[in-house]
Amino acid sequence: MTLVRKPRYILEDQCTGCTTCVEYCPVVYPDPFNQEISTNKAIHIYFAQAVPLITYIDESCLYLKEKKCGICEDVCENDAIDFNQTAEEVEVKVGAILLAPGFEPFDPKAGNHYGYGEMQNVVTSLDYERLMCATGPYEGEIRRASDKKHPQKIAWIQCVGSRQVNPPGGNSYCSAVCCTYTQKQVILTKDHNPDAECTVFHNDIRSHGKDFERFYQRAEELPGIRFIRSYVSIGKEIPESKNVTIRYATPDEGVKEEEFEMVVLSIGLNPPADAVRLAEELGIELNPHGFCEVNPKNPMETTKPGIFVSGAFQGPIDIPESVFSASGACSQCGELLDYRRGKLSRERIYPPERDVSGEEPRIGIFVCHCGANIGRIVDVPSVVEYAKTLPHVVYAQEQLFSCATNCAKEITDMTKEMGLNRVIIAACSPRTLGPLFQDTVREAGLNQYYLEMTNIREHCSWVHTMEKEDATEKARDLIRMSVARAAHLEPLQEIDLSVNPAALVVGAGVAGMTCALSIANQGHEVHLVERDHDLGGKARSIYQTLEGLDVQAYLRDLVHKVYQNPLIHVYTDATITDADGYVGNFATRVVSERGTTEIRHGATVLAVGADVYEPSEYLYGEDDRVMTLLQLEEQINRGSEKVTDAQGLVMIQCVGCRNEERNYCSRICCSESVKNALALKKINPEMDIYILYRDMRTYGFDEDYYREAADNGVKFIRYEPQDEPVVEAGESEEGRPVLKITTPDYILGKKVEIDADIVALAAALIPSAGSREVSQLFRVPLNPDGFFQEAHVKLRPVEFATDGVYLCGLAHYPKLLRETIEQAYGAASRVLTLLSHDAITASGSICEVDENVCIGCGQCVSTCAYGAVELHKTRQGKKAIVNPVLCKGDGLCTTKCPTRAIQLKHFTDDEIWAQIDAAVETAQIPSKI
Amino acid sequence: MCSGRVDLEYVLRAFSNGMDGVFIGGCRLNECNYITHGNYDALNMVLLCKRIMRHIGLDPERLKIAFMSSADGNLFAETMSAFGSTLKKLGPLGKAEGLDDEELKTRLAEITKLVPYIKLTKFEKLAARLENPEEYDQHFTQDEIERLFDEVVSFYIDPEKCQACLICARRCPVGAISGAKNQIHIIDQEICIKCGTCLEVCPEKFSAVVEISGESAPPPIPEEQRTIVR
Repeated sequence: MTLVRKPRYILEDQCTGCTTCVEYCPVVYPDPFNQEISTNKAIHIYFAQAVPLITYIDESCLYLKEKKCGICEDVCENDAIDFNQTAEEVEVKVGAILLAPGFEPFDPKAGNHYGYGEMQNVVTSLDYERLMCATGPYEGEIRRASDKKHPQKIAWIQCVGSRQVNPPGGNSYCSAVCCTYTQKQVILTKDHNPDAECTVFHNDIRSHGKDFERFYQRAEELPGIRFIRSYVSIGKEIPESKNVTIRYATPDEGVKEEEFEMVVLSIGLNPPADAVRLAEELGIELNPHGFCEVNPKNPMETTKPGIFVSGAFQGPIDIPESVFSASGACSQCGELLDYRRGKLSRERIYPPERDVSGEEPRIGIFVCHCGANIGRIVDVPSVVEYAKTLPHVVYAQEQLFSCATNCAKEITDMTKEMGLNRVIIAACSPRTLGPLFQDTVREAGLNQYYLEMTNIREHCSWVHTMEKEDATEKARDLIRMSVARAAHLEPLQEIDLSVNPAALVVGAGVAGMTCALSIANQGHEVHLVERDHDLGGKARSIYQTLEGLDVQAYLRDLVHKVYQNPLIHVYTDATITDADGYVGNFATRVVSERGTTEIRHGATVLAVGADVYEPSEYLYGEDDRVMTLLQLEEQINRGSEKVTDAQGLVMIQCVGCRNEERNYCSRICCSESVKNALALKKINPEMDIYILYRDMRTYGFDEDYYREAADNGVKFIRYEPQDEPVVEAGESEEGRPVLKITTPDYILGKKVEIDADIVALAAALIPSAGSREVSQLFRVPLNPDGFFQEAHVKLRPVEFATDGVYLCGLAHYPKLLRETIEQAYGAASRVLTLLSHDAITASGSICEVDENVCIGCGQCVSTCAYGAVELHKTRQGKKAIVNPVLCKGDGLCTTKCPTRAIQLKHFTDDEIWAQIDAAVETAQIPSKI
Repeated sequence: MCSGRVDLEYVLRAFSNGMDGVFIGGCRLNECNYITHGNYDALNMVLLCKRIMRHIGLDPERLKIAFMSSADGNLFAETMSAFGSTLKKLGPLGKAEGLDDEELKTRLAEITKLVPYIKLTKFEKLAARLENPEEYDQHFTQDEIERLFDEVVSFYIDPEKCQACLICARRCPVGAISGAKNQIHIIDQEICIKCGTCLEVCPEKFSAVVEISGESAPPPIPEEQRTIVR
């Protein structure tokens, strides 16, 4: 395929992101990144976290338009500006394509919803997001457009452009993320200004994500916060104050009009702007909403083989789903391209490491100007002169940009030339460039742990812009401390750990099987362990998805593929009795119908699923007309006349969750109820179906089915947890034995009584009975609700903090079948990232025990949550020993050790004491170590 | 490395070097980079150290811990400015508290010597996870710290019972025990870190090591009486 690369007009290798050019650029125009609330220049860095963090020149540039100006060329000290660049066509040959074009925020101007664009103090949620941000238009101060004052009384209007059929211009689907991002904005607003009054006008609150229910409660319980369930319209803008009025209705007070200082429209997600062109270009289809048409069995597959999709182009989804759909799509690209894996990569060769252990410290210091970032505050030349006077320092120089290629080469060259055995770079935070400079010293033949960085930018010049002399003094202090530490640095070896290429997958439901197949399809052996006699898990009791997928046929096919795959070994009726080892080298003992097996594997995937809550409410278990949704689905598919001939059927939502005991939403039940209601209406259109709900949470495109159900006469009645429906056995007016359901109707403002032949309960999904045991065996955490706790809710949704252990499916949190499939592929991708390497490298900065000093008190052992320290018996009593593979180098054990027997290498007591002592200029710096 | 790596001894060392204040910054609580949640350990260390500072007459305000993320630039700036003004108000270390340099150094040195002992006796509280800020104040009480220093233990080898077997001398992690074959062993109280290893390893049939609480150990027996005649 052919790609067009737009010119940046900047030489990427030369630009260091110092932004001097931005200061001098004369073109000022509204900044699109900050929603055009503040201004930017023609040459600029896109945003504060852009990668690479360097400038580009856009179309507003005077030189590009009229060949005038060119100031940036003159001020750039690195000659990084290149106006001769032109658009480049690049042709690439690829085996798979992954589409991740994201989404476009809904534009409320287009249909002129809610006065946006006309009233100054009506903003979108994205405008508001920028206003709150530290890198936003007012550096994190929330100000309104009309008078730049901090608004005290702010309203949010939910579902702007979402769940909207009339008037046209909106989208019929639910954008799935707005409820929670609004709650976040409310919480952050209160952080900014504790006195702010925030009002959220909403329809259903959809907090169906993991931990979102608690998040909602946190927002709702803040003082000065109102959540009001009402449709609203914008009243008017008050001419004097530019405040805006909103009309809404409450059951108690009827229609009201209230004034707000600022109104935030919680806008939804539209398909990406050029989706149609992209689809035509690539020959893929779009769905009726304009998002990517996907395979219901595999939501990462487009209609064209080899082209995959991830993220919000699939439809409106939140960050965790975006992340695991991205990983999942990668795994499928991997299945196609596995035979080419590693063919294009090259290993980096470093010169041999010089043994400097017998030498006195010879320290070299490179002090960076960082363009003007450091140089204009800190007097760099005087700092260099000072550095030369410090003990062991044999060389010091200044550099314009230490990170620039030519400067890095200078560091390598001088290190060799001067025979340096310690290198100090006084520049920025080691978080960004530490690894780069480690490479630089390795290129000079030094062990990378002989590098020391002094942060004189974030810790000094940036925070003391008004105090140049003091900043220079501080830079000297910081460098003196670094010199003291550098003298103590030791060379450390990073260990290569071999990786066993096999994987263990625990649980053979849809998640486990999908994950196992994807791993096996990329050439790795998989041991698939299932507690039950049969494979399939919870999917065995599901017949159809809301979109109409035949789940049983899908499942049969999946099980068949698993058994057919020669690389997958299935263990049924299995129990895990023992699990040991660490990333790359696990050993797990399994007792199954095959007998006892000790499985050796490099990665572990936990896909143990979930259970269904057995209700104790609503006569369940006492009256056989009361059943769970799954039982109802089973009866529908069996054609049970008791169900299909029912005159009245009531479904009750949120049974066993969203309560004190289980403070979470089971996410899938609303869609499941709608699915069953639609199926029943198809069989028996006369049936009276009621769904008693708290908030209908048919997020995303499922909203269309909710609407369809309502259009087909399914009646939805809301109830509140403090006034739950009551189910009793009784008789209808005609004397038919029925279940009588009494529930409040907030629209009618009174209790209603419904006769039903069947009551179906949306019973919660609860953590699988074996979860706790599995979590203990594999030493991974559960969250307060008992579901497995991933490493990071948003950014690492399929991994545990423990390296080499992954998760997917219902074990993580309730989710729909399509989401389970995505997450299973996602976990497979992370597993492949590990298993496709023969070895992994562990940091050299880990703990080590001096046995002569260890008294075997075991405080280090109980401190280490990684289980990296153990006591072993010696002739001199018990001594601690560190497993270098498990140690993550936090150093907690070191502070607990009474005898300093255990030390964190690279941050030893000696190294840190030296630094503490050198902080005081008068303190004696030992000249010898 | 984690904020939990900051050792009690580092803080004492900084004050001993004449620093007017010590600030420790950690990740937000419950957002630890590691699964160990070491920032809670840092918090415990600070709470303990503040009590110790009060015990030796230093203003505990000179030590501050705050939890923030790398995105909390404003919070960091506010925290540091406020801490800076607190220290300015307090004035130079020691002078404000009416302690002369020598006295302060001596007191800090005495406490520093006890750090291993403090770590051993307060281990559980140092590793605790305080979920509620209201618990902070009572985690270590001033009484508890006074008691800790009042009841400080010493280890002493009873010359009547010592059989000069060398076991304790070999196992002492700091080399505080002198002795040889047929020479009664002696603990150098200046070097001893009070870890109790000698008490633990002295063979039961001898039981020569005794733990003394709240008073100092008797002086060692004169050199000429150390030889055991069997």
